[in-house]
Amino acid sequence: MGSKIPLFPVQASTISGDVDSLALFLLAVATFFTVVIFACIFYFAIRYRRRSDRELPHVQHGGMLLEIIWSVIPFGITMVMFVWGAKLYYEESRPPDNAMPIYVVAKQWMWKLEHLEGQREINELHIPVGRAVKLTMTSEDVIHSFFVPAFRVKSDVVPGKYSTMWFTATKTGRYHLFCAEFCGNRHSGMIGWIDVLSPQDYQNWLNSNPPPSTMAENGSKLFNGMGCPACHKADGTGRCPSLVGLYGSTVHLADGSTVVADEAYIRESILRPQAKIVAGYGSMMPTYQGQVTEDDLTQLVEYIKWLGDKSEGKEPTPGTQGEPLSLPKLRGQ
Amino acid sequence: MASEAHAHEETLALREQFETASQQKDASTLGMWIFLITEVMFFGGMFLAYTVYRRAYPDIFAIASSSLNVYIGAANTVVLLCSSLTMVLAVRAAQLGQKQMIILFLILTLLLGGVFLGVKAYEWNEKFVEHHIPGTSFHFEGIPAESQGHAQLFFSLYFAMTGLHAFHMIIGAGLLLYLIFEARKGRYTADYNTPVDLIGLYWHFVDVIWIFLFPLLYLIDRHLK
Amino acid sequence: MITAAVTEREHYLNQSYGLKSWLLTKDHKRIGLLYLFTVTLFFFLGGAFATMIRIELLSPTGNFVSSDTYNKLFTMHGVAMIFFFLIPSIPATLGNFFLPMMIGARDLAFPRINLVSWYLLVIGGLFALFAMLAGGVDTGWTFYTPYSTTYSNSWVIATALGIFIAGFSSILTGLNFIVTVHRMRAPGMTWSRMPLFVWSTYATSLIQVLGTPVLAVTIILLFCERVFHIGIFDPALGGDPVLFQHLFWFYSHPAVYIMILPAMGVISEIVSVFSRKAIFGYHFVAYASIAIAVLGFLVWGHHLFVATQSVYAGLVFSFLSYFVAIPSAIKVFNWTATLYKGSISFATPMLYAFGFIGLFTIGGLTGLFLAALGFDVHVTDTYFVVAHFHYIMVGGAIMAYMGGLHYWWPKMTGRMYPEGWAKLSALVVFLGFNLTFFPQFILGYMGMPRRYHVYPDEFQVLHVLSTAGASVLAVGYLMPMIYFVWSLKYGAMAPANPWGASGLEWKTPSPPPLHNFDQMPVVTTEAYDYSSVIGEEIQVG
Repeated sequence: MGSKIPLFPVQASTISGDVDSLALFLLAVATFFTVVIFACIFYFAIRYRRRSDRELPHVQHGGMLLEIIWSVIPFGITMVMFVWGAKLYYEESRPPDNAMPIYVVAKQWMWKLEHLEGQREINELHIPVGRAVKLTMTSEDVIHSFFVPAFRVKSDVVPGKYSTMWFTATKTGRYHLFCAEFCGNRHSGMIGWIDVLSPQDYQNWLNSNPPPSTMAENGSKLFNGMGCPACHKADGTGRCPSLVGLYGSTVHLADGSTVVADEAYIRESILRPQAKIVAGYGSMMPTYQGQVTEDDLTQLVEYIKWLGDKSEGKEPTPGTQGEPLSLPKLRGQ
Repeated sequence: MASEAHAHEETLALREQFETASQQKDASTLGMWIFLITEVMFFGGMFLAYTVYRRAYPDIFAIASSSLNVYIGAANTVVLLCSSLTMVLAVRAAQLGQKQMIILFLILTLLLGGVFLGVKAYEWNEKFVEHHIPGTSFHFEGIPAESQGHAQLFFSLYFAMTGLHAFHMIIGAGLLLYLIFEARKGRYTADYNTPVDLIGLYWHFVDVIWIFLFPLLYLIDRHLK
Repeated sequence: MITAAVTEREHYLNQSYGLKSWLLTKDHKRIGLLYLFTVTLFFFLGGAFATMIRIELLSPTGNFVSSDTYNKLFTMHGVAMIFFFLIPSIPATLGNFFLPMMIGARDLAFPRINLVSWYLLVIGGLFALFAMLAGGVDTGWTFYTPYSTTYSNSWVIATALGIFIAGFSSILTGLNFIVTVHRMRAPGMTWSRMPLFVWSTYATSLIQVLGTPVLAVTIILLFCERVFHIGIFDPALGGDPVLFQHLFWFYSHPAVYIMILPAMGVISEIVSVFSRKAIFGYHFVAYASIAIAVLGFLVWGHHLFVATQSVYAGLVFSFLSYFVAIPSAIKVFNWTATLYKGSISFATPMLYAFGFIGLFTIGGLTGLFLAALGFDVHVTDTYFVVAHFHYIMVGGAIMAYMGGLHYWWPKMTGRMYPEGWAKLSALVVFLGFNLTFFPQFILGYMGMPRRYHVYPDEFQVLHVLSTAGASVLAVGYLMPMIYFVWSLKYGAMAPANPWGASGLEWKTPSPPPLHNFDQMPVVTTEAYDYSSVIGEEIQVG
């Protein structure tokens, strides 16, 4: 449902309406208190205006009860605001498990987006309506921020780490994408569009620009090309842990702590393997910092995630030197 | 009773904005304490940055820390503690109006401070020779290439913190010189010795900062390889 | 028009002449005027930058200035206004002048340090000015890394150095005020009898002394990173760019309370005098100032809700941000209650006070909006935030500053300003301000990001309204410049107490003598006791 209020952007995501409702509540409270204060001032100023220079009003030292009332009641109202805002924020921080991953690499002054199927877009993102989309984002240079007003969501995009954001579009259409963190000369030019299509149109779009390979396939080429299978053998007999089934699992580290193997963990392990050494293994993996771009890293991450999928009884085929993998089409779900 | 506005001639012990000498001394002392609190917040920011990165890279920080010369650091700590002792004795002498003793202890404090700074300079030179100074020629032996940046972070914070501390000591040395010159003119008596007292406070503070720096920088995880 | 008899009485202005007597003065009143001169210059400089920004924003694809220049304009607008105007303004001009007088002291505890403070502001200002003239700085006043440390090709170091030096001005002023309030109150002036302006200024000083050193160390780290590439904020070397944001906002959030607390103190004075009634709930207002100072240090993370801070940190900072709003609300209610059954005068200072209460209420309430996490995610980094802080800084702090200048002008200069023109200016400022900034709330919610000089067409109408408002606002600020200067020569002579106020500063002639009081006062009444004052005949120019 699009918003009829001309002062709000169109409501195009599942959370837009909720954010607007919160906004209306905040507006109502603010308007109430503003009107009350303005009215009191107007009324008192006129009713008690000075009529003679020799007037001396009665001394009133204040009342404890009044102070308590007008502290506690506003505080109670603010707690409602807090809980409501926190609830939305919490929801926004938990993408659904079946969200469709999209990777975003920001750089001065453009947005590079990549679909799992391998389609690359610059400053534009095509997505299907009604489907949760999870963005995994990083920057190649300075801090940017991915902002879609129609979806009411925003997240900074920071170099050196992944940040994530998710939304589900509810209306087809074309919506502004803005960079919302000052990033230099062409900051106000770092804008684009989110194109929300019907599922059929989205499929058509995917089919109309078939890329040569999917992200996972690209990742596989990189994986083999850099000699990773030499240590990371699929059957676990190598010097380094098998990566099959890694994604999403709980990893036990040498210092006794555990970590969930998410995208950020995989990325860090490639750039800074010493940071989290797996229990039972030594620290022999070299760093690939400087040898892989952020684009490469997203593809490697997707490949390793794809290996996770293969752990459900299917035979993993990490491939031998140089031989390109032929992978089945990734399932659409 | 209302007192008059210009009732007194301005003297060192009683400047014209104050009513009594004890008010002036109280105000000056409070002022110095507040200034020292601002210094705590100032160094605190650095300590925070150090803590954040030590938590992020504990192993590299421990290795880098072990490369510092703990014996020199400990010796320097003793030197500074002694200088605080001589400073306190200088304050005591001022309270008793013993001019020669004031000058003696101030000079001793200055000398000990000088020793500290000299030893620091020697240490820093060692770091330079070992290529541990952050910059293009930085290289720390025995750790992987990817961790060079983290080791460099340790040393950046090391130099920033000890550098800031040394800068405060140099200012302290300047203040001590000033006190020595004034003391030779007989400026400090049992009635008026506030500057000695307050600069003593400053000196102790700089000492305390070192007491925190030494364990944080030199002593972490020393028992580990 | 009755003029008080004025002889060639000696006072702090005519007691000595010449540049040296001003540049080497130890008199807190003269130092207050030196600051007034300096901050006014920076106000108009910052205003000039704002004018150019608003002209550029008239058109969606405007090229009044290049994008590089635009980025420098908003950066320098922020730097000039925040560090060289708002932070010193009320404390260093009105505070310096009146804090000692209000507590019955002859001067501050450390007059020479006070002068050094002013020189530090000037030197810092010169560095910043140099940077502006030599080509400008384009990082935003927030200097986020790694843009400011690695990518910006502008005068970052010079500007940061200027801010660093000005920070010490702020620290020393705060230190001076704290010691003065603790140790130099006249006999009988207990804490509970101090005017609320003193309470507010004291609370401000606490923040200045505790917060500004952290800014200093942040700037040192920024310097080291930019010059020596130590890696502390560089991910390639293991550093964290978001650490800068934590360090920066640890100071810069309390800094906004440095800017608003003294303004609230001025409003307490004005509302009381022009209602001829003690402030309702004196103790609550006094302690609210301290509460704001303390709580202000606990909420910096609300600037990082979308900056990849953890969700749990976001929850904590949102929760605490609501706490800090309550003491401000308490003050607004108490000021309003003071009007009840008072004797309300509509002199210009009171008009500014009314404007303050209204606009600060709106600005403060929109702060509650921003503290709500789900709402902030949408509007952070948009014009909503710009509107919020301008409502507080301009609609709040600057209105209070103008009110205070008008209120205390007779005491400082011995002259009355022209009341008719002053009332008109207050109205012009109020109207111009709202027209400038209210549309920006809407712009922000619609999605218009900050720091953009080109924007989609649909935002143009609101921008045009905003620029129109800005031109009205500019007129409203130019008028007092003109008539204040005019009044120095042609204004009516001011009596000792033109407003029938009760504070100690009004018991001296206008302008005051060099040492403030011919006889050191002994205080026997509570603050805001008008019964003795109305006994005198009140003369108005």
